[in-house]
This record gives sequence, C-alpha cells and structure tokens, in this order.
Amino acid sequence: MAFLRLSSPHAHGPQRTSRVMFWVILATLPGLLAQTLWFGWGNLVNTVFCVALALLTEGVILLLRKRPVAFFLKDNTAAVTGLLLGLSLPPFAPWWVCAVAVVVAILLAKQLYGGLGSNPFNPAMVGYALVLVSFPVAMTTNWASPTGLGADTPGLLHTIALNFTGAEPVDGYTMATPLDVYKHDIKTHLSSQVLQNPAFGDFVSKGWEWVNLGFLAGGLLLIALRLITWHIPVSLLAALSLMSLAFGWDPDRYAPLTIHLLSGATMLGAFFIATDPVTAATSRKGKLVYGAGIGILLYIIRTWGSYPDAVAFAVLLMNFAVPFIDYYTQPRTYGHQKARRVKSDQA
Amino acid sequence: MANKTLKEIIKDGLWANNPALVQVLGLCPLLAVTGTVVNGIGLGLATLLVLVGSNLSVSLIRNFVSDSVRLPAFVMIIASFVTCAELLMQAYTYQLYEILGIFIPLIVTNCAILGRADGFASRNPVLLSVLDGFMMGAGFLAVLIVLGGIRELIGQGTLFSNMDLIFGAGASTWKIQVFDDYANVLFMILPPGAFVGLGFLIALKNGIDGQIRKRQAARDTQPVTTGSKRVRVTGNVS
Repeated sequence: MAFLRLSSPHAHGPQRTSRVMFWVILATLPGLLAQTLWFGWGNLVNTVFCVALALLTEGVILLLRKRPVAFFLKDNTAAVTGLLLGLSLPPFAPWWVCAVAVVVAILLAKQLYGGLGSNPFNPAMVGYALVLVSFPVAMTTNWASPTGLGADTPGLLHTIALNFTGAEPVDGYTMATPLDVYKHDIKTHLSSQVLQNPAFGDFVSKGWEWVNLGFLAGGLLLIALRLITWHIPVSLLAALSLMSLAFGWDPDRYAPLTIHLLSGATMLGAFFIATDPVTAATSRKGKLVYGAGIGILLYIIRTWGSYPDAVAFAVLLMNFAVPFIDYYTQPRTYGHQKARRVKSDQA
Repeated sequence: MANKTLKEIIKDGLWANNPALVQVLGLCPLLAVTGTVVNGIGLGLATLLVLVGSNLSVSLIRNFVSDSVRLPAFVMIIASFVTCAELLMQAYTYQLYEILGIFIPLIVTNCAILGRADGFASRNPVLLSVLDGFMMGAGFLAVLIVLGGIRELIGQGTLFSNMDLIFGAGASTWKIQVFDDYANVLFMILPPGAFVGLGFLIALKNGIDGQIRKRQAARDTQPVTTGSKRVRVTGNVS
C-alpha cells in the first residue's frame, strides 16, 4: 500500500511570483488605458521604455553578480518595477529622468540589497523619490493636460520625439496637476473659484478621476483573484478619508475628500504600490497598521508638506516602520494562548 | 608596543587604516561639506593642519600628563589648533570659511583627531607622531577630494569649480565643464548622495583589498597567515 509522502498543507501553489506579477501587470491595463485616452501617449511610451530598461539593468547586474539571469528575469518583478515607474512619472518626462529612476530603482534599491525579497524599500518608489528630489523642474512641468483642454494632444511619434530628443513640450500640452492647482490656488481664492479651473472638469478632476477608477478596477481584480488582500488598500483609503474628514472639512482651506481619493496617484498607490509583498508588513493586523500609516502620511504631506502628491514619500516612510510593525503584530501561533515575543534583552 | 616603521605609518594613514574608509571616523564633516572638490580640499587641509599640530603637541607632553587627565588635555590642545585653523581661514580664505561654516569649529569633535592623539601620539616619539598625523590627515584629505569630485561631477556636471577660493584668482580658470547643458542631480549634492558615494568608495576599497589578498594567496604556496585584521578603534594595538 502506497502512502502519499506529503506533509500538510495538501494544497497546490499556483501563486508563483511570475504568475502573480503577470496578473499585476494585466491589472494595471485599465489605468494605463485611461491614462492614454486622457493624457496622450506619454505614459505608454514611458512605460515601454522603463520596462525595457528595467529588464536590461536587472539582467546586467545579475550577470555581474553571477546569478542566473533568465531565472530572475522570468519572475517579472523587474518588469513590474519599470511598469510602476512608467505609470507614475509625468507623461512628458524626458527619457533621462526615466532612465535615472529605473537604474536607481533596480541597482540601488533592489540589487545592492541582495535582489528580490531582500530589499527593505519599494524599488520603484526609491527611484521616483530620487528623481523627484533631484529634478524638481522636470518632475512638475511635464504633466500632460487632459484631452479637450489646451492644444491637441500630440500623437505617438510626436510624443516619442518629445520625450527622447529633449525638446520642450509646447505650453498647451502640459498643465499643473489638479492637486497642485488646488493646493496653490486655495491660498488666495475660494473653493468655488478654484474649481473653475479647467483642470477639475465637471466631475472631480478631469481625466485623473478615470485614471484612478481604472486603477481601482484593476486593484479590485487583484483582490478578487486573491493576489493581494484587502487590508492595505482599505485601511489606506479609510485613513486618508478619515484624515480628510477630520481636517479638510472646509473646502475653502484644504482639498475636499473627492479630490484626495480620485486625483493624483491615490488608487495606483493604494492597490499596486503599497501592496508590494516584499516591503509591506506581513500579518493582517500589521497590514492594517501599515496601510493606515501610509494614508495618514499621504494626507499630511499633501496638505501641509511642500509636495502636491506624496505616495512615494509616504510609502518609503512606512517601509522604514515595517520591521517595527511586524514585531508588534505577530499573529498568535496555533496552539498558543497568545503571540510570544522575544524580549529585546534575550534576543 | 613595538614602534611601527615609517613605511607602516605611511601605508596605514593613506590606505590600510584610512580614517574615512576603514576607521569610518569624522563622518559629520565628510558627509556634510563634500559637495564640491574645493570644499573637500578646504576642510581636508584644515583637518590635516590640526592633526599634525595636535599630534606634535600631544607627543611632546606625553610624559608629563597623567593618565587621568589626558583626555581633557588633548581636547584643549585640539581646540586650540582648531581655533588657529579657523582664524587662518577667516584671514586668508574668507569666502570658503563662510561656505564651510559650522564644520570648521566642529573639527574639534572629529574623533579621528582625538583617536590619533590618544592612540598614537601619546605613546610615540615626536617625529613619528608628526608623520602619523600628516599621513592620517592626507588619507582623510584624499577621501574628501575624491568624494567631493564624485559628487560635484554627478551633482552639477563640473570639476574643480570655484578653486579660486583657495588658490587665488588665477585658479578660477581651472573649472572643467564636463557635461554641457547638464540637469543638476540635486540628490548627489544633498547629504544622502554623500552616504551613497561613501558607501561605493568603501566597497571599492574592500574590493581592491580582496583582489590583492587573492593574488597574494595565489602567489604564496604556503597558507596565508591571518594576522591582525583591520583595527577600527584606537588604543593599544600590538
């Protein structure tokens, strides 16, 4: 009589890294589609460039580190890092901004720490934060104006030419982001006057609302497929909403809740960036704390800080806190009364 | 302890026990002011001067100061030399003095200097101590210049800008515009860039040491003797 020599759990594991990352890439497509429809070809061009460069950089460094190249490239994580950068950088960001962000993300933030699984900080956000700090002009003046406003959106070839030859985009192509406009104008105007700005359109903020809804749809797909859990996005959005209701109830002083939720990189950050399995907290309770921390920091930096959007900084700051969160949110081990913690003096 | 030979002192200061790369001391000025080559040279020269002076004085008085009060005495000596350096910079390189600001008085707190005073000068004759101070200072200066060069090159695309602050008006033409039409990488000019740059320098040094060791091992048929390794702290090293 033959026994099955397997120990529990007797479950098959379809959750290979490559498969998870493949679905993450697919799930960003609605958001990317909305970006392309509303803001032109810029994000798509950047995304293709960033993904290609991310794979190239990862391959070269793996060769230098004498690691199996094909094995690590197939897990799609480098592609996701490049994809996230392409989605979050301004559509008309010149190629060298994208290149610096990608190389820093893969080289400094990922491979120098030991590659996949060993990096304490979200690689894409390290790259984004570095170019945001280094090139403030290129990172604020290259956001595209939504279709229907200003000049006609440039075509695909024209966009490639703009991003790769260093030509300055015409004024009508670019426009400040709604978060930037609101933050700047509310100091001298009433809310009703600020909202006259065409950047806000009829609904919340022209174009951006559809991009965010696209990423929300993709994120819900990931939750439905059980590739991410609901804890981080829900607690992040809830914390952001609570902060906005508590401090931002007066639209004549701070941006209203709808703009916080459906503008900037909120949904991309909540579902795709904060949920990075390597750099996020691990236990369920930990994920709730981690997500809430990002939501609170996001509101604080957006409202009282000097940057209009803050997903990168909020995520990086909470990445710092992850070991601390994990330490205090260890789940109860089966068979034990309560989670046991190693006392620091015994460790 | 056996006195080190001249060759060992020189090698220790410049490479094997380099204050910035191996002892990793004096990071505060190292990280804060090395945005350009000229800042690195200015602070490095001031530190070199103080190191030589303090090693000389400490070595002279080493037999007359009791152990219990030696550290306060050393600190007073170092502080005097830092004041000298500060006044000299105020007199001759005022603009550089303005740029370096608080980091000149802060040389007092540079542990590399107190470390050499206590670890070497207080138990070695005068000439050896002066040489040690000079070599340690030179090693520190070299790292400041290299790090300043890296950060200036990546940060603003130039090399040797504003050299006239130290070397007189004629030196203003030394500036090399390496990249034309360069978008400044602010990150490298800000302190985080210094951390990353220093990390790469330390890695480079360890990499070179590893190569040397490997070649040595390949040449010697007998097993490599694992003698005293790099010693990070000051004190009685035998």
